[in-house]
Amino acid sequence: MKRYIARRLMQGAVLLCMVATIVFFLGRLTGNPVDLMLPEDATPEDRAALTQTLGLDGPVLDQFAIFVGKAIHGDLGMSIRMKQPAVEAFFDRLPNTLVLIPWAILLGMLLGIPLGVVAALHRGSFLDRAAGTVAVLGIAMPSFWLGILLIFVFSVELGWLPSGRMGGPAHYVLPVITLATFLVAGFMRITRSAMLEVMESEFVKLARIKGLSEAVVIWKHCLRNALIPVLTLWGVFVGNLITGAIVTETVFAWPGIGRLTYEAVIYRDFPLLQAVIILKSILILSINLGVDILYAYVDPRIRVT
Amino acid sequence: MTPDTSGETVLEVRDLHTHFFLRRGVVKAVDGVSFSLRRGEVLGLVGESGCGKSLTALSLMRLLPKGGARTIKGEVRLGGRNILECTPAEMREIRGRRISMVLQDPQTSLNPVFTIGDQLREAIVRRRRASGVPVMEEAVAALRRVEIAAPEQRIGQYPHQMSGGMKQRVVGAIAISGEPGVLIADEPTTALDVTIQLQYLKLLKRLQAETGMAILFITHDFGVVGRMCDRVAVMYAGRIVECGPVQRIFEAPQHPYTRALIASVPKMTGSVGRLATIEGQPPSLMDLPVGCRFASRCAHVEQRCLDAYPGTVRVGEEHTADCWKVMPS
Repeated sequence: MKRYIARRLMQGAVLLCMVATIVFFLGRLTGNPVDLMLPEDATPEDRAALTQTLGLDGPVLDQFAIFVGKAIHGDLGMSIRMKQPAVEAFFDRLPNTLVLIPWAILLGMLLGIPLGVVAALHRGSFLDRAAGTVAVLGIAMPSFWLGILLIFVFSVELGWLPSGRMGGPAHYVLPVITLATFLVAGFMRITRSAMLEVMESEFVKLARIKGLSEAVVIWKHCLRNALIPVLTLWGVFVGNLITGAIVTETVFAWPGIGRLTYEAVIYRDFPLLQAVIILKSILILSINLGVDILYAYVDPRIRVT
Repeated sequence: MTPDTSGETVLEVRDLHTHFFLRRGVVKAVDGVSFSLRRGEVLGLVGESGCGKSLTALSLMRLLPKGGARTIKGEVRLGGRNILECTPAEMREIRGRRISMVLQDPQTSLNPVFTIGDQLREAIVRRRRASGVPVMEEAVAALRRVEIAAPEQRIGQYPHQMSGGMKQRVVGAIAISGEPGVLIADEPTTALDVTIQLQYLKLLKRLQAETGMAILFITHDFGVVGRMCDRVAVMYAGRIVECGPVQRIFEAPQHPYTRALIASVPKMTGSVGRLATIEGQPPSLMDLPVGCRFASRCAHVEQRCLDAYPGTVRVGEEHTADCWKVMPS
């Protein structure tokens, strides 16, 4: 297990280097940030001064070397707009996103997994088809549309819930529902198909031969096996949530890293964008590693390899 | 090898019909099967793939596959009670404790995410009296009983850490942990290596001698029948066409199908030529003939074979055959 984790960490480090390289050069490819920051009538002296301040005056490869050198020490540069270290800006906002994600996943699993089991148990019935329709809707509805629809119904028309910004528990409801809708559908579909496959297994037959109750057969023997593919999806989902939060957080004016990413793009804040993408990659990589470790716990067959 | 004819009947199956009701039609997979099983006896159920052997077994367990299979007629008397009339809750009490089963493929019959100990314990806990012996010790004892070396270590292992033969022993331990009176073994050695097969058969024999349970041994292998069984029932297209003591069946098979089956078993002695085969295909279970089901492949077919099903004829001591041409004894 230790060797497995070490290997995964190495892979992660390599991947991160690639992400950093791509982000750096992609940023440079879009042009000189100075053009976007100064008015069109700025003097060449002003431009040269700003270029120097931003560290953009040397050859690109030198700049890259400086960027890498600083990045290794955790310094990803200053946000141009916020006049604050980009890493600091990211970590200031990160908790706001992280408080949303567990609730969204929890809601997604609490609804999606039992729905998937029930749909599998009643395969082909009205219940199954209804659940399938919900799943298709959940996947097909874009979150910006769903978010705005929810705001319209629950904030504007009914006035029950706040339409945005952070605050008390009521502020969480709409963003969490928006984020979780996709997850409910995803968890349901994967649980259903995994359950259908598992329920046909011989070991399920043996469990029944032992005389175990249906509840134990379904919710213990079948579900534990069906959770393996569900768990794999976890890593993907959390990744989706972090990236998908861009839209949801923007719709609900939620000051998390999603909105921060959006702002970095809109204001062409390249150092911030670089930092946000690199840090998000680290986040997603560690979550995936965590999920894989958890996976090894659920599926003992992984542990030996 | 002589059957103990004095043994009480523990399982009696009468006129069992289990059909698949599909959109395309009705598949009469088990269509009038009758046999009985005495305490301490091994009855072989032999036949080619798709003749209804496994479905007969699942009908007895009342664990029919999903997708339209239903037992529509017949009786399964287990200790005098027709279990086809039991409620699902009563059936759960019966499974594992009165009637149990070993499945064909040990690679898939254990749950991959639970340890051997966990899976064994589930079966043990169900039938526990206030014995005071810790469940874990009982589980270790159960593994020792099926001749698994170092059971204390094995108990904490997962199925993937064991060989196929070992897994099948564990399945056996689970199946008999409720001390059932009847054990159905559905081709338990088919998926095992030849060398392991023999060991497993010996183990089953020993366990049977120790517990006195009756075994319904499903197989397509006449070699295994000769080694394991006291009596044998030959199944063809959903029915038992011949049933009798193993020795009688081997020495004097009466039904043309049984004769052909035995002729197709490779022999160690005699000329090495082409193996005997049975020409043609079994009839479609969706569209069975009114007469004898073997008629289309039988070398001795007559008009009456095509007109009506022959009925079961007693041809000797405990020996019956469904054929127009056999001589009643």
